[in-house]
Amino acid sequence: MAIQDLPGASSGTEKSRLVEMSWDPITRIVGSLGIYTKIDFAQKKVAECHATSSIFRGYSIFMKGKDPRDAHFITSRICGICGDNHAVCSVYGQNMAFGVKPPHLGEWITNLGEAAEYMFDHNIFQENLVGVDFCEQMVRETNPSVWEKAKNTPAPNAGVHGYKTIADIMSALNPFTGDFYRQALQISRYTREMFCLMEGRHVHPSTLYAGGVGTVATQQLFTDYYTRLMRYIEYMKVCVPFHDDLFDFIYDAMPGYEHNGERRILLGCWGAFQDPEYCDFSYRNMTNWGRKMFVTPGIVIDGKLHTTDLVQINLGIRILLGSSYYDDWQSEETFVPTDPLGNPVDRRHPWNMHTKPTPKKRDFANQYSWVMSPRWFDGKDHLALDTGGGALARMWSTALAGLVDIGYVQSTGSSVKINFPKSVLTGPVSFEWKTPKWSNTIERDRARTYFQAYAAAAALHFLDKAFEELHAGRTKTWEPFTVPQDAIGCGFTEAVRGVLSHHVVIRDGKIANYHPWPPTPWNGNPRDSYGTPGPYEDAVQNTPIFEENGPENFKGIDIMRAVRSFDPCLPCGVHMYLGDGKTLETVHSPLAPFG
Amino acid sequence: MKSSDALVNVLWIPAGLSCDGDSVALTAAMQPSIEEIALGALPGLPNVKFHWPLIEYSLGGAEFLKAFFAAERGELDPFVLVIEGSIANETIKAEGYWTGFGNEPGGDQPITFSGWIDRLAPKAYAVLAAGTCATYGGIHAMAGNPTGAMGILDYLGWDWKSSAGVPIVCVPGCPTQPDNLSETILYLLWQAAGNAPMIPLDEAGRPKWLFGATVHEGCDRGGYYEQGDFATTYDSPKCLVKLGCWGPVVKCNVTKRGWMGGVGGCPNVGGICIGCTMPGFPDKFMPFMDEPPGAKVSSTVSGIYGNMVRSLRQITMCTVDKEPKWRHKGTELTTGYKVPPSYTSSK
Repeated sequence: MAIQDLPGASSGTEKSRLVEMSWDPITRIVGSLGIYTKIDFAQKKVAECHATSSIFRGYSIFMKGKDPRDAHFITSRICGICGDNHAVCSVYGQNMAFGVKPPHLGEWITNLGEAAEYMFDHNIFQENLVGVDFCEQMVRETNPSVWEKAKNTPAPNAGVHGYKTIADIMSALNPFTGDFYRQALQISRYTREMFCLMEGRHVHPSTLYAGGVGTVATQQLFTDYYTRLMRYIEYMKVCVPFHDDLFDFIYDAMPGYEHNGERRILLGCWGAFQDPEYCDFSYRNMTNWGRKMFVTPGIVIDGKLHTTDLVQINLGIRILLGSSYYDDWQSEETFVPTDPLGNPVDRRHPWNMHTKPTPKKRDFANQYSWVMSPRWFDGKDHLALDTGGGALARMWSTALAGLVDIGYVQSTGSSVKINFPKSVLTGPVSFEWKTPKWSNTIERDRARTYFQAYAAAAALHFLDKAFEELHAGRTKTWEPFTVPQDAIGCGFTEAVRGVLSHHVVIRDGKIANYHPWPPTPWNGNPRDSYGTPGPYEDAVQNTPIFEENGPENFKGIDIMRAVRSFDPCLPCGVHMYLGDGKTLETVHSPLAPFG
Repeated sequence: MKSSDALVNVLWIPAGLSCDGDSVALTAAMQPSIEEIALGALPGLPNVKFHWPLIEYSLGGAEFLKAFFAAERGELDPFVLVIEGSIANETIKAEGYWTGFGNEPGGDQPITFSGWIDRLAPKAYAVLAAGTCATYGGIHAMAGNPTGAMGILDYLGWDWKSSAGVPIVCVPGCPTQPDNLSETILYLLWQAAGNAPMIPLDEAGRPKWLFGATVHEGCDRGGYYEQGDFATTYDSPKCLVKLGCWGPVVKCNVTKRGWMGGVGGCPNVGGICIGCTMPGFPDKFMPFMDEPPGAKVSSTVSGIYGNMVRSLRQITMCTVDKEPKWRHKGTELTTGYKVPPSYTSSK
C-alpha cells in the first residue's frame, strides 16, 4: 500500500495525516455494503465515513397492481436471512387491511417460528460472522499485545463454560477450527429446523398466510420443537457467560473501547411477538395491543423512554432522500391523507411515498447510495434512530417500559430478567441484562447474546400457550377472509437486526402502494437532505483506532467491528474494501473540519 | 473414490439482484455440510478454496477481491463460478449501476454483476447458478420490474457451455433447498477431480436426480388427492390443490426431501406450492392463492383417467417451465415498467 505525503506538507510540526481507506464489499454480512473512510493515523481515529449500498431491486415498483394476498410471498424475498420477518410483517399488515384476526393457536405458532428465527440468526451472526473479528487469528494479526494479555487473563466464568483463559475463548472462535465456531454452525441448523416446524421452510416460509398459518397443529409438532428448544437453552446457559467474559475483557484490555462505534443513544424498536388475547390487528386499537407485545415497542432517546405507542411511532416515520439515487415525489398523489383515527399522515410517510429510481454514478459529494434515509420526527427534529443491531433496542425498550412479565422473562423498569428452567446438565439459571451506559459496538454485540436467551425464554411461554389451545381442542390455525376493494394496512415487528414496518394501500382489490422499511436502511443510510449522516457513518466517524498495524498493513478491524455490530444486512439496505491507502491531504492539528 | 491433489477454487458472487438466501441456505446444508466440503472431509474431494463473502475470514475489499482478479487473468485454473441473484440489465439506462461488487482497481465506480460474469464466465471450469433468481430471473424479474432483470440462461444463452464443456448448472429454488445446493457443489467438485462423469442436467439446466419428479409425486398428501378429498381451508391436513397448490406441475423434490434434515417443506406441511423452482416463477403462478387453472379438470377426474390427467398436465407444465418473454438482453425494457426520463436524462 502506497502512502504519500502531499507536496507542501510541512515537516517538524505535529500533523494529522488523513488516509483514504475503503472496504467494498464488506465480508461476513448479508448483502453489498461499501464503507469509505478517511483515517487520521496521527490522531488514531476515523475522521470521516460514507456508507454505500450497491443494489437496487425495485420491490415497491413491481408490487404495484399485484394481488394483496401475494404480498408476503413476494416481500419475504427481500431478505435471505430474515425473509420470514418480512413475511410475518406483511401478514400483520394484510390482517389489518383485510380485517381478519387469526385463531390464537395460529398466532402462537407464528411467535414460535419467529422466536426460532432470532435464536438461529443472532447465533450464526454472532459466532460465525462477528466472532471472527474477536477470534485468536484476527486479534493476533491486529493487536498482538491484546492477545498476550488474553493469554494471561483467566476467564471469570471458566467454571461455567470451561474455557480457562480469554485466549481460550478467542481460539474457540477461530473459523472452522474453533470448537465454539463449529458448534454454532450446528446450532444454526437445528434452530432452523425449529423454524421449519412452525413456518414450513427457511428462509422464505411456505405456511404463512393472512389469517393465520397452514401448519397442522399436533402434539408431535410441539414436542419436536420443545426438545430442540431445551438443547438450545442448555447452550445459552454457557453462551451468555462466555460472551460476557469476552466483552468485559475487551473494555479492560483496551481502555477507551467504549467509544468504538459509539453514538448518541437514539434507539428504535417496533415490538415483536403478538399476544392474541389482545391483538386484533385493528389500527384503532394498535396503541393498546402494541403495548401487549412480548417485546415492547419503544423509542429510547438519551437513555429515556420517549414513547411505547405504535400509533405515535407510525405517524413519526419520515423518508428523506438526501444522498440516494432517487427522484422526489412532491408532484405525486397522496394516498393516505389521514390515518383511521383522523390524524394527519405526512407526505414523507411510507403510506404516501413513491419510489422513483434514477441510476447515477457514485459521487460522495452528492449521491452515493441506493439506500434512502428514514428518520423519526419527534415534532422538532428528524432523528436518525438506529436499531442497535436489533437486540440492543429491543432489550432497552423492553427493560425501561416494564410491561413484560411472563415468568420466563421479566421487565423491571431498568433491566430484563431471563429465567431458565433446569435442563439436562444444569439446574435453573437466571440472567439479568441491565441497561448499559453506551450505545456502542460492545453493547450491541452483548445484547445480541442476551436476546438469544430472551427469545428462547419467550418460546417457553409460547409453547405453554400453544399446548393450552391444543389440549382444549382448539386446533384451528387459520381464519378465512375477503380482500376489500379499498383498504390500508400496516405491520410492525422486529426483523432480527431491528425495526421493520410494511405499509400497504389497496385500491380496486389490488396493491396501489407498498413500502417495506427494514432495519438496514435505518442503520446504513447515507447523509440525508439535512446533511445528517446515517448511523453507520455516524458511529464509525470518530471511532478511535486501537489496531496496532500502521497504514501500510492496516486491516481496519476497529471499523469493521463497529459496522458489524449493527448486523448489516444489505439486501435490505453496507461491503468492505480495503483499497490502497493514499494520503488525501495533510493538515495541521487540531484537525480542520472538512467533508 | 480416488484421492485428488488438485486445487479447485470456488468463486462466489452473491451480488446479483438477490437476497443472499442461497448463501444462507448453504450454511443450513447437512448433506453435505459446508465444513465437510471446505475441510475435505469427504473422500474424492479435491482441495477446495472458497472465496465466499458470507463466511470469508478477511475483512473484505481488495484483499478479498484478489482471487477474483487473479481468476480473470487466468491464474486460478480451475475454478467454479457460483452466481447468486438475477442479472440486472445495465444497458437500459445512461449511467450508474443497479448492482455492484467491489470497484474497478484504481477506479471509483463499482464493477457490476454482469460485468463480473463477462470477465469470469469464459475462464470458469463451470458456472453454477444458485437459486431461481440466478437461474431464470425469479422474483426480481417479475412483470413491471424496473431493472430488466433476467437469469443466467437468458444472459449467457441456453446453449452456453464452459471452456471445459460443462453447460450452465442450475439449482433453482427460492431459496434452494439447502442440501440440493451443497450436493450439486459436491458433485461438481468430484467431477473436477475426475471422480464423477459429466453432471446429468435436464433441458433447463437442472440436475436430473434432484428435479426429475414433481412436488405432487413426492407429496404425502397425494392420497387425499387420489380420493378426491381436498382442503377447503389452509389449516386442513388434506390436499391443497384447490387452494392454490401448483404441486402437480412443478419439478421439485422438497416434498420428498423435506427442507432440512427431513423437517418442513411445502404442501406436505401446509404451504401451497407457488412454483418457486420453475422458469415461469413467479408470474405464471400468481395470484398464488387462487386455484391453478388446470386443477379443476384434473382434480375432478383424478384416479380414473390417469392418462388424460398426465397429458393435460403436460400442457400446463410446458407453460410454467418457460420464462415470460420480457426477460432478455438488449437496451430495451419490456417488463411493462414505463421507463422514466430520469433513466436517460442524467448525464
